[in-house]
Amino acid sequence: MPQVTLTVNGKTHTVEVEARTLLVELLREKLRLTGTHVGCDTSQCGACVVQMNGDSVKSCTTLALQAEGATVTTIEGLAKADGTLHPMQEAFREYHALQCGFCTPGMVMSAIDLVEKHPQGLNEAEIREGLEGNLCRCTGYHNIVKAIGAAQEVMHGRSATLAPAHAAE
Amino acid sequence: MYDFAYHKPTTVADAVKILAADSDARPISGGQTLLPALKHRLNKPTSVVDLSGIAELRGIKRDGNKIVIGAMTRHADVANSAEVKAAIPMLAMLASGIGDPAVRNRGTIGGSVSNNDPAADYPSAVVALNATVVTSSRRIAADDFFQGMFTTAMEPGELLVAVEFPIPEKAGYAKMRNPASRYVMAGAFVAKTGGQVRVAINGAAACVFRQKDMEAALSANWSPAAVAGVKQAADDMNSDIHGSAEYRAHLVTVMAKRAVAAAG
Repeated sequence: MPQVTLTVNGKTHTVEVEARTLLVELLREKLRLTGTHVGCDTSQCGACVVQMNGDSVKSCTTLALQAEGATVTTIEGLAKADGTLHPMQEAFREYHALQCGFCTPGMVMSAIDLVEKHPQGLNEAEIREGLEGNLCRCTGYHNIVKAIGAAQEVMHGRSATLAPAHAAE
Repeated sequence: MYDFAYHKPTTVADAVKILAADSDARPISGGQTLLPALKHRLNKPTSVVDLSGIAELRGIKRDGNKIVIGAMTRHADVANSAEVKAAIPMLAMLASGIGDPAVRNRGTIGGSVSNNDPAADYPSAVVALNATVVTSSRRIAADDFFQGMFTTAMEPGELLVAVEFPIPEKAGYAKMRNPASRYVMAGAFVAKTGGQVRVAINGAAACVFRQKDMEAALSANWSPAAVAGVKQAADDMNSDIHGSAEYRAHLVTVMAKRAVAAAG
């Protein structure tokens, strides 16, 4: 059986997989990192988004073997060891940017990639466009967009702390 | 998905050797189309040949009055390329509108062009800009390359290596997307290169095609008003739950107008 070696959340793994094994199956079933979700399984919904070599990718539409040698970050890899949330996670909590939570891991991973690639900052329309590949059936996106807008200020060092949600009203 | 053997060659020659020896082998680039097709068991390759290890297939360069894009260059790389933005900004804009950000981080120009999905974006740019498709064995003009729905001039075992885009004086692209799938319902790429006008329509019919009445109108008068009066016949337009043939025919004129306006 083929083997794949990859680094996930800072830890290197060598895992036996079938050629047809998807990256999301490797993450969930072999490494038991079940924070990455499978929604549509057709690369439309974005619940499976992880970062691979610094880019957001749909792990349900990537073969595990295509991740050979890659550095992968999943939702489990964002918070610090002491439990301090990543600013994007903290913003989703503060702005109530989720209801059922199913899409949230993919939303957070896509949002981080979006913000990191736009150091000049994103306006509301740009944030909404950047989320085209992530579907949420609960929130109507409104608070997700607000959360990302607030998180980018912290991520780019323009603000030391997250703006409280009530001040944004 | 059925299981398959997996190969990761490091040269075009080795990839072609594997593909030539087995007609049921399939190349995979970004996999954004092939993997969903395999999940639906629409085809059953004996082996999948991963092209990501072939360095010579990747990259963008300017070569005189052409932009040459390697087959394994991702949509995100074309969208962000300073070279493409400077020479053919509309091509960078087209790449930035394919699928969604995560899809653009995997999907490649070679995959899109060789798959020739009627609703893909790149084929209209290849035709309107009169690009040349370079394969492992020959050079194919855009007008000869796209032959029908999911069909191109490439033979089994032939691999797309690069696409060469002549730099135009003017180029514009506009599309109407299906809001759910984000695939093109109708799109128009208009270009003027060396004084020659070409108009390519994607998404509306079974295969990208040149709209010669619009080419004539724009040759006489390059303006949105010139194509506004050119009607697309509905006969060969796609008709499905997303839109009727008549609706798509109407969109062709609207998109062409917008494309000319975008080209300036």
